[in-house]
Amino acid sequence: MFASGHTTPRLGIDLAGGTSITLRAVPEAGQESAINKTNMDTAVEIMNRRVNGLGVSEAEVQTQGDRNIIVYIPKGTNSKEARQQVGTTAKLYFRPVLATELSGANATGTPSASETGGASDKATDKATDKATDKATDGDKATDGDKASGTPSDSASASATSQGRAASDALKADPSPSATSSDGASPSPSASASGDDATAKLQQQYAALDCTDKNARAKAGDGAKPDEQTVACGQNSQGQWQKYILGAAAVDGTEVDEAEAVYNTQTAAGWTVTMKFTDKGSKKFADITGKLAQNQSPQNQFAIVLDNEVVSDPYVSQALTGGNAEISGSFDQEEAQSLANMLSYGALPLTFKEDSVTTVTAALGGEQLKAGLIAGAIGLALVVLYLLFYYRGLSFIAVCSLLVSAGLTYVIMALLGPTIGFALNLPAVCGAIVAIGITADSFIVYFERVRDEIREGRTLRPAVERAWPRARRTILVSDFVSFLAAAVLFIVTVGKVQGFAFTLGLTTLLDVVVVFLFTKPLLTLMARRKFFASGHKWSGLDPKALGAKPPLRRTRRPSRPAAGPVDPKEA
Amino acid sequence: MSKLGTLGARLHHGEVGYDFVKNRKIWYGISILITITAIVGLAVRGLHMGIEFQGGAVFTTPKNMSASVAQTETWAEEASGHDAIVQKLGDGSLRIQIAGTDTQQSDQIKEDLSKNLDVSAEKINADLVGPSWGDQIANKAWQGLGIFMVLVVIYLAIAFEWRMALAAFVALIHDITITVGIYALVGFEVTPGTVIGLLTILGYSLYDTVVVFDSLKEQTRDITKQTRWTYAEIANRSINSTLVRSINTTVVALLPVAGLLFIGGGVLGAGMLNDISLSLFVGLAAGAYSSIFIATPLVADLKEAEPQMKALKKRVLAKRAQGAAKGESAESAADEGAYDADEPDDAAPAVVGPRNQPASRGRGRGRPSGKRR
Repeated sequence: MFASGHTTPRLGIDLAGGTSITLRAVPEAGQESAINKTNMDTAVEIMNRRVNGLGVSEAEVQTQGDRNIIVYIPKGTNSKEARQQVGTTAKLYFRPVLATELSGANATGTPSASETGGASDKATDKATDKATDKATDGDKATDGDKASGTPSDSASASATSQGRAASDALKADPSPSATSSDGASPSPSASASGDDATAKLQQQYAALDCTDKNARAKAGDGAKPDEQTVACGQNSQGQWQKYILGAAAVDGTEVDEAEAVYNTQTAAGWTVTMKFTDKGSKKFADITGKLAQNQSPQNQFAIVLDNEVVSDPYVSQALTGGNAEISGSFDQEEAQSLANMLSYGALPLTFKEDSVTTVTAALGGEQLKAGLIAGAIGLALVVLYLLFYYRGLSFIAVCSLLVSAGLTYVIMALLGPTIGFALNLPAVCGAIVAIGITADSFIVYFERVRDEIREGRTLRPAVERAWPRARRTILVSDFVSFLAAAVLFIVTVGKVQGFAFTLGLTTLLDVVVVFLFTKPLLTLMARRKFFASGHKWSGLDPKALGAKPPLRRTRRPSRPAAGPVDPKEA
Repeated sequence: MSKLGTLGARLHHGEVGYDFVKNRKIWYGISILITITAIVGLAVRGLHMGIEFQGGAVFTTPKNMSASVAQTETWAEEASGHDAIVQKLGDGSLRIQIAGTDTQQSDQIKEDLSKNLDVSAEKINADLVGPSWGDQIANKAWQGLGIFMVLVVIYLAIAFEWRMALAAFVALIHDITITVGIYALVGFEVTPGTVIGLLTILGYSLYDTVVVFDSLKEQTRDITKQTRWTYAEIANRSINSTLVRSINTTVVALLPVAGLLFIGGGVLGAGMLNDISLSLFVGLAAGAYSSIFIATPLVADLKEAEPQMKALKKRVLAKRAQGAAKGESAESAADEGAYDADEPDDAAPAVVGPRNQPASRGRGRGRPSGKRR
């Protein structure tokens, strides 16, 4: 514990101050199954990105139960903004790419490159990456033989791993006429009209360094869907790339569903298929039709999730069927994750705020103090009672309690960084209640020992004989306690969970302490004269306990007749 | 030695003892009465559900507010458009509960309040709860309760036997009903903290019961090989011999909870600590009662219905009748002589002393047992 540098348990929001937000996934009608682990994990990932993008260093997003997400925001953060951020569903847009280049040290392209419309020669970084890629025509895709038999198609696809091609998967309708109409969606040439906004954008673009985390988080922050923006994204080689993106052409909500599919027909490997809603498919057809006429990189569209480009497939023709397939060199995981993001943007999961708790640091500190005082009072009362009732024996009980308390503290401190355990008020409460459970075990054992002494045994054999039976009772009852804690921990949410966790932990520790500390200590103490001789204050005085001196040996044989009571049985 | 210690010794030797099993009908009756009262209370008065279950907001201001409760209430109602309940807590802070507000509205309300109360919004604690949050906690709690009960019944059935499992189950239901009933009757506010406390009773109530059962199981291991005592009598002895332990464990469990209650109620005024400890306190007391007065007698009842145990009872009674017929002297020499001999030095033979001895002797012989003490 000291080695890891965490010497105090991490405090929960209610003790340290801060805001905790509990969100509940609400399924769209008929989409109950959308609430599954994958989607929840994706949501957590996205929220994490958003909250930590606010510059909060220690915000934490966790799933809890099967449909809750809890967001912890430490004090000193703008909790209002954080709430807005996590509460809204992922903002996913399809935006046309106006310009792109590698960001960071080796970025050579000049921002002005994109303004000239046909900028393929200048946006060299990206162009060389992508130029050799080719879209797979839907016609060919459905006709498996042909597709795989076309050497140029497959060769180019496999040769350049970076590019991803979007293709019309189901319905091939390559009629160019559909795309030639001038729509509202911004064509690349629009960006060439050097007005103020664009100039500003160019500046932003030039200054943008996507390898810097903070810059990345701020890139395109607050951009409206119908405006051009800058954004960052990672290509499949893990390099950061920056983009100038046009206004959003298709909204994420217009993706009906997306899934990762292993395409055996075209040997394209893992692909992501998308199905658009009616409105979405029309828009998508428009934009792809337009993009297809452009040259790289302006034949690409970017899938932007929360202002980060997650994928930038290029288009070679208008995709009108309402279905599209993104192919490229995905592995299964990548395909799955992209599909998740697309689906998530398509709103299978919306979140509702179930509870928002804001605790000021002052109240938090007060509650912590109250909890500690309550614990101290509880402990003192128990110690007093034990002292009153068990006299010298209580020394052992108190030592064991202290050991148990110490262990609990250490483990809590260790669990903070490892599993993200935070001590909250219910957890403190659980720990206090656990004092009773722990003390119970000693009582069970001590009473057993006393029973043995009452039967006329001297202390040392009494301690040994009492142990096996006390042990069983302790194990059985602790098991029940632990069972309760475990069930509560698994089933419940929120505050109940913190309570159950401490209760379970302390029950386990109770067993450990009784076995490895109390029992050995009692054995050792039994050798001391003070205890062994049954000193008046030892709590083991045979006379005071009403022990029976073993006088009437003759009557011993009658004991088996008493059948059920056989203390020799252990 | 404390009096309780001496009592422990006497209980251990069977010198004193209360016939829990014999008087079980009384206790069953009392429990049924309490349970019915609880259910009626629940049906008639219902539970006073806290804001967490209705949805709304709870704001807590810093200490030592000068604003009056009535004034604050007006402000809160103006700001929210809903009914507000304002309490002044022990330390002078105000607790403002507004039911029915949306979590979205709350920021605005908070700002309005902070303006009116002249404290910065940053210093106001807010607890905003959507309308379904409490239900969700409650549902999960029910679910947990169900799963736990099934598991624990299975476990007890394996570790002990199904009758004990059943009895423990009944005792558990009994405890929960009583606790909930008290909440309904007294009108305590039900919060997630209460639910936590209630769920903890699960483990705790059974803890006591399991200790008694453990002793019972041990003592009845070879019950069919003897003809002295019926199952019910041994069950009664189990209760008596673990009585000190039960009292001690209950006291020790209640003490920290009392500490919590005192701090929660006295210092913090209201809140989580108070809610948890209150329901724990009620539940623990009910649990201690039920493990002694309900669970074990119930096991005895169930057991006595078993053919084997019926036969045993017959044998035992027959033997006693026989002993009675033989006359006083014969009996004391044969069967219970040991105990008579014990009496002068006021000590029963080791562990074997039957706790119900005076009763059985009286039944068998009609001899006054006043000699005993």
